[in-house]
Amino acid sequence: MIRCRINGKKRQLTVHPMKRLLDVLREDCALTGTKEGCGEGECGACTVLIDGVAVNSCLVPAAQVEGADVLTIEGIQKGSRLHPLQEAFAIEGGAQCGICTPGMIMAALAIRRGAKTAEIQDALAGNLCRCTGYVAIYNAVKKGAAKSRGPRPPGRSRERPL
Amino acid sequence: MRTQLSSLSLLRPRSLRDALKMMQDEPKLTPLAGCTDVYVNLQFGTASATRFIDLWPLNELRGIAVSRSALRIGALTTYTELIASSAVRRRLPMLVAAAREIGGRQIQNRGTLGGNIANASPAGDSLPVLAAADAVVILASAAGERRVPFTSFYTGYRACIRRDDELITAVEIPRLEGKQWWRKVGTRRAQAISKLMLAAVRGPNVRLAIGSVGPTVLRLVRTEAALTNSGSLDEGKRVLAEEVTPIDDLRSTAEYRRRVSLNLLERFWTDTA
Repeated sequence: MIRCRINGKKRQLTVHPMKRLLDVLREDCALTGTKEGCGEGECGACTVLIDGVAVNSCLVPAAQVEGADVLTIEGIQKGSRLHPLQEAFAIEGGAQCGICTPGMIMAALAIRRGAKTAEIQDALAGNLCRCTGYVAIYNAVKKGAAKSRGPRPPGRSRERPL
Repeated sequence: MRTQLSSLSLLRPRSLRDALKMMQDEPKLTPLAGCTDVYVNLQFGTASATRFIDLWPLNELRGIAVSRSALRIGALTTYTELIASSAVRRRLPMLVAAAREIGGRQIQNRGTLGGNIANASPAGDSLPVLAAADAVVILASAAGERRVPFTSFYTGYRACIRRDDELITAVEIPRLEGKQWWRKVGTRRAQAISKLMLAAVRGPNVRLAIGSVGPTVLRLVRTEAALTNSGSLDEGKRVLAEEVTPIDDLRSTAEYRRRVSLNLLERFWTDTA
């Protein structure tokens, strides 16, 4: 039994501890917004946040979300209102075939308001798109980030003196 | 995932002590941390291991500590944590440079330094840095701890001296004198498997470690001596051409690797002049 929160809801999952988080989300939770692209951590289509940190859910065993907060593309809109990034992707043509879009948006949540193109390219280096040529995606991120709350906290820093 | 889940088992220790006892008592276990290598093999059905132990929850293996003489980095420290650490930026900027070029953010958020060492790939991006920095690997077992110089950690292609009952708990890097330099050559700026990497330090003694040109990361001791003693780039290049013996493989030809290794040496020498 694995206990965690998915999109704010408490879940108790009876799954194999090594089942990929991607498959747990899609098969056991019916959250099919998270896509499988490559299955080997190259394309970022399966990106979700664990405790606010972007990960490839194809490379996370279910056991490693024990006690964690998982956020998927289904969890970012407020009621019927789309997240500003979702809206911007739709308006700017940042989504074409759509397979990369959920992962692209989940990775883009970490991008700060006013980020320059180079910074966006860096933050999205782990997300591949074969349709758009990226320009429309960067435009959507600039527009969406401007209307979002600031970036989520980066990875935990655990520095201490010896 | 091509590997059958039903063929796999996972042990979930609550503490390092627990984990070390399992490593001692159970038949061979493969440690899992960020899973960025192991799960790729499971996906393709090429993983031979079926029994795993999950180290990810063991916070004892996280954290970065500094003293006057050394930097200690816990095995579960992720690349993102290395990049964010002011101590690592100050003491070992070439490790930060290497960490920035590993995968995309999602991989940097999960991949760990200990995992990169244990995976023992000849293309492991942090490994030339650790070799050039004379890092020490700290291995623990239920019987106690031992410290192994990084340069004697690997014994061959994907082979290292870690015993089946041992875990890598941390690496220690002594304070370095001199300018640090790092360069990775791949097919793309991000998300690329290295064709070639050079980590170098220009101090009282020149230090050079090269990745992806042999079965393991290589410390270029003869080229180091040539540069340190003669101070001549030409002499360094002459010795380097003899010291590296790369092979043709799917990512590069031997000839390409030989030429680029010479170019990298030249770039290092002029950048740090």
